[in-house]
Parts: sequence; structure tokens; C-alpha cells
Amino acid sequence: MDFATFLIQCLNALQYGLLLFLVASGLTLIFGIMGVINLAHGSFYMIGAYMAYALAPAVSAIFGGEFFSTLAVGLVLSVILGYVLEWAFFSYLYEREHLQQVLMTYGLILVFEELRSMLVGDDVHGVTVPEWLNGSFALNEVMSYPVYRLFMSGVCLLLAIGMWFVFTRTRLGMMIRAGTSNREMVQSLGIDITLLYRIVFAIGVALAVFAGMIAAPVSSVYPGMGNSVLIICFVVVVIGGIGSIKGALLAALLIGLVDTFGNVLLPQAAGVLVYVLMALILLWRPNGLFKD
Amino acid sequence: MQKRTVLISAAAFAVIAATTNTWAQAHPQSKLKVGFMLPATGTFASLGTAIDNGFRLYVAEQGGKIAGREVEYVRVDDESDPSKATDNVNKLIKRDNVDVIVGTVHSGVAMAMAKAAKESGTLLIVPNAGAAAVTGAMCAPNIFRSSFSNWQPGYAMGEVAAKKGHKRIVTITWKYAAGDEAVKGFKESFEKNGGTVVKELNLPFPNVEFQALLTEIAATKPDAVFTFFAGGGAVKFVKDYAAAGLKKNIPLYGSGFLTDGTLEAQGADADGLLTTLHYADNLNSKRDQNFRLAYAKTYKLQPDVYAVQGYDAGQILGIGLNATKGDAKNIQGFAQAVRAAKIDSPRGTFTISKNHNPVQDIYLRKVVGKENVMDSIASKALADPGLGCKM
Repeated sequence: MDFATFLIQCLNALQYGLLLFLVASGLTLIFGIMGVINLAHGSFYMIGAYMAYALAPAVSAIFGGEFFSTLAVGLVLSVILGYVLEWAFFSYLYEREHLQQVLMTYGLILVFEELRSMLVGDDVHGVTVPEWLNGSFALNEVMSYPVYRLFMSGVCLLLAIGMWFVFTRTRLGMMIRAGTSNREMVQSLGIDITLLYRIVFAIGVALAVFAGMIAAPVSSVYPGMGNSVLIICFVVVVIGGIGSIKGALLAALLIGLVDTFGNVLLPQAAGVLVYVLMALILLWRPNGLFKD
Repeated sequence: MQKRTVLISAAAFAVIAATTNTWAQAHPQSKLKVGFMLPATGTFASLGTAIDNGFRLYVAEQGGKIAGREVEYVRVDDESDPSKATDNVNKLIKRDNVDVIVGTVHSGVAMAMAKAAKESGTLLIVPNAGAAAVTGAMCAPNIFRSSFSNWQPGYAMGEVAAKKGHKRIVTITWKYAAGDEAVKGFKESFEKNGGTVVKELNLPFPNVEFQALLTEIAATKPDAVFTFFAGGGAVKFVKDYAAAGLKKNIPLYGSGFLTDGTLEAQGADADGLLTTLHYADNLNSKRDQNFRLAYAKTYKLQPDVYAVQGYDAGQILGIGLNATKGDAKNIQGFAQAVRAAKIDSPRGTFTISKNHNPVQDIYLRKVVGKENVMDSIASKALADPGLGCKM
């Protein structure tokens, strides 16, 4: 591998890592900070991608502007979806055993997959990116890099900084973190913990949907796409240390690096390298890289 | 007391089951039970529907009867899940007592079905799954395939690429049976015709993060790239290949599933791609046009390669049963008739090899707009080697 190729691979690794963080960010909130084992995270991601595809024609007819107005409408819908789901199902789960959370969220996967099949069908679809993001620039004489991938990386970075700021530097973040350590105590201090959790959950769902919408033009939209990201998302959260946003970002970048170079240098083992990494890190630090 | 009642009813049930069974054998004019084991949910659901539709279209054309026997269908959703496959196929064989099993799409599931069919001796017609072993190591007198083997399109493309004067080629696919077999076929004919496969790139199924491997391709600078991907992975690969700027510098060739059922999503990025398969969108034969018209009329849908494979599964069953006068237990007579037949398929006439895989023309197709347009015949009457088949 010559130096130029090495640099391009580093760029690939960085970009993939940031994308992983984006996809896992919703899970960091719901599983990491709120402590609910949410297997339906992949379904929320899938819903996002299908929204980017299916809402686009209607949205551009009503509001104009293709991709970004769809994004905005999708976000609003997903916050509502998250709010309703928390009210109807998840609010009963906080005090229950983990197994019951697993069962219910697994049930949600089946329900969402079936709904998807009924509403949109089982075909593969593509999502087009807005014109000004559609270009690419040359890296060398054969290869070029799509602008949209850089745009995604930028979005991921902004999101990481934003989440970190909200959770460690604001009053809202403090209340949420306090809520995870002791629900009753927070409540007795006069904070409406039920409402707070409902909002955080809705934001978590919105993040997963947002990730699906942003990734849709690159990943394409297809049945079962949620399941393919679910496991890697849990790996990101667990390696990073449950509840740590900084940790999740670092973990995502590490996985991006291992996966990219693993695919090139050790293709026979590429499928397991990420899990080997997870095992090693957990042996070294059983609570993940960062644990508050 | 209760135990005894259970015992008695079980015994009574066994007697009834045994008598109905002999009755069915003694009267070939009873209903013919066709067991569909196809995906009705999951990624391959639409493929399952197309196969089902194609098969029923053939039966409807015969007036709802095959060899004088009225056809009755039993359906099992295989969920494309190999871990449930043995249970599912045994439901058809033991519980429903079907005369013939038709299925399936997923190769892993098809392998379990072949194993069960081999043991029970029930007729099995595979209408898609291209795994080599189905008509290779697992082959049996009662197992037939109406579709293709993964090796066939790959082998045909190897000849095409060599003829175009390419010398150094990189292959890229998922590390699983279908991808490996397609690449193996490609490599075999490409290297026989003077080319070299300089690098075989793989990634674990069903990963779709191709960027690292695309960078490898760019660094290797081969004359061309051969690939096997299907479904969502095929869409993403074709788009990423174009987005990385490789499409205009390094020609991409693929096994036909790269551009089948995916063109809508791939858009302009697929334009001009060359792939090989046993079917194309505009064969312009009378037979194909009639088939497409009838299919579109019946189902309000355009047929695809899967519909053709389902239809031909029906044809194979028809040919075999007509020869045995409707007796699905006469495997020898059935197989003899099918091996001797020229099957008049919408894809063009094909025969069945001695290991029961189609011997068929593989077309070179070019993506034009939203269609895989037939360019030429890449390989005439191509037969799978059927390695490991002892029959």
C-alpha cells in the first residue's frame, strides 16, 4: 500500500467511523443514558430511510425543496412517533426486567417490518441527493470522492459536539443524567421526570430516524436494513462505555479504523475483527472506554 | 383412562392416515398436492411471489390440471431462514404429504430442502437458489432445478471479458457460497482464455461498506472488475462504484442479479453496465412476448426472471407427470422424461442435464434506461459441471 492509498484509506476509516456514530447516536441516548435495551433502534433507522424515500414526493409537492424539507418533516414526525411510543409502551418498562424490554422491543421490530412491507412494499429504492451535494472531487487519477460523504461527516461531527454539549454542559443534560442515577430523588426535587424521559426518548428516536434519512442516499433503502445496523450500534455503545457520548464517538472511530483496514489487510478475518476488538477492550476495561 | 383414549385415537388416526395414503397412490386421479416453500416475508418476499405467480400461470394454462390431476396448493413461508428450513420442509413432506415441493430462493434453505427430499424421495423442483451443491454433491434423481447455478453466469462473463481483450481483472463479492461460486466460474473461463484474476476481494455478507475495497481497486488499476452482488447490496455497490469515479475509468461486469429488480434504485449509475444471465427484458421471441402478456394480464405486474423460473418449474413438473400418467412416485420415469425433454421456456429452449440443472443460453445484457436489454448470447447451451454429483 503506497502512502497516497494509505491516506485515502484513513479518510475512508474516519468517514465510516463518523457515520457509525451518527447511526448509533440514538441508541446512546435510549440504551446508554436511559438504560432501556432498545432492539427496535434498527427499525427507527429503517423508518428514517424509508421516510427519506417515501415522503419526498409529497413533501416537495407541498413545501417545495427536496431533501432538506423532507428531512425536517421526517424529524417532526419522528419526534411525535417517539413521544407516542414512550407514552404507550416504553414508560411501563423502566422498572421492569431487561428481558421484558428485549421482548417488547423485539416485538416492535416485527411490527415495523410488517408495516413497512404493507405500506411501501419489498423493493429496493434509491434516494437522490440535492444537486449542490451531488458532485465529487478527484483524489487521484482514477478515484474521486463524493461531496455528500464529506457532508455526512460534517453533520456527524456537529451532532457529536452538540450532544456532548447538551449532556455535560447544560441544565437539561444534568437533569437527565440525574434521572438515570436516581429517579425518585430527581422527582422529589420537583422535576417532572416522566415528561423529561418522554422528551429524551422522543429525541433518541428522532436521532435514529435522522441517521436513516441522512444515510439513505448512500446506503439505499431496502427491507431488513435496520437489522444490519443494530448489532454494530450496540457494539459502539458498549465499547464506548454505556452512557458516554465521548466514548461512543471514540468507539465508532476505532471500529471504522479496524473495519476499513481489516477489509484490506486481513480480508479472511474482516467479519470478526470488530468483535475481537470489542472483546479485547472489555477484557481491559469491563465498563467500556469511558464510564462516568 | 385418559392415556388409553389418547392411545386409541392415535392408533385410529394412524390407520386412517395409512389408508388415505394408499388410496392416494392407488388413484392417480386424486388431487395433485403441490407444496410451495417460498419466502412470503423478509427481503426475498417479492421473489417468492413472482415464482408462485409464474407457476400458477403455467397450471392455469393447462386448465388447472397437470396430467389429468387437479392441482391443490399448500404454502409454507420459509422466511429465508436456514435454521427453520428442516422443520418447514418436513411439514410439507410428513404433515401435508405433498406430491411435489417447489422451493426456494435462499441457497441455505434450499440445501436443507434438498437433504430432506433426498431422504424422503419426494420430488423437489428448485425455482431459484443457485448453490452448486443442489445439483452437485447433493444431487438426486428426484431433485431438479428450473433456474441456474451461480457458476453459469460467472463462467459466461469470463468468456465475454476475455474476448473484450481484458488481461488483468479484480473480482469483488460477499464472502458466501453464491459469491464464491460466481467468482469461481468467472475465473475458470477468464483464465482459460488468457486473462488473469489479479486480486479477489471479499467482504463479509451482508456488509455494504465498500469504500475501503473500492480504494483497493483504484490502487490496483485493473483492466476491469467482475462482481456478484444482489438486492440492496447490489444497489449500493453500483452507486458507490460510480460515486468513487471508478465507473468511467474501469469497466464493471457482473452476474445478472447486479441489475435485476434494482435498476429503479440504481438510476443513472447503472447505465451501460454489462451483466450475464439466462433471461433479459426484451428477448423478442414470440414465446416470451406471449408469456409476458399473459403474466401482465393475470397479475397486473411485469414478469421478471423469477416469474420465468416459477413458470418453468411448472413446465418441468408437467413434462415429468405427463410421462408417468400423473404418478409422482415414479421418480425414474419422471426423471427420464425430463432429461429427454426440450423445455420451451420464455427464456428460450433449454434442456436438463444429467445432474438436473438447466443447460441453457446465457445472455449478455446491457442496461439501457430501466431495462436489461439483450446484447448477444454470451455462452450457448452452457452446462454446469455439476462437480461431486454421483448419479
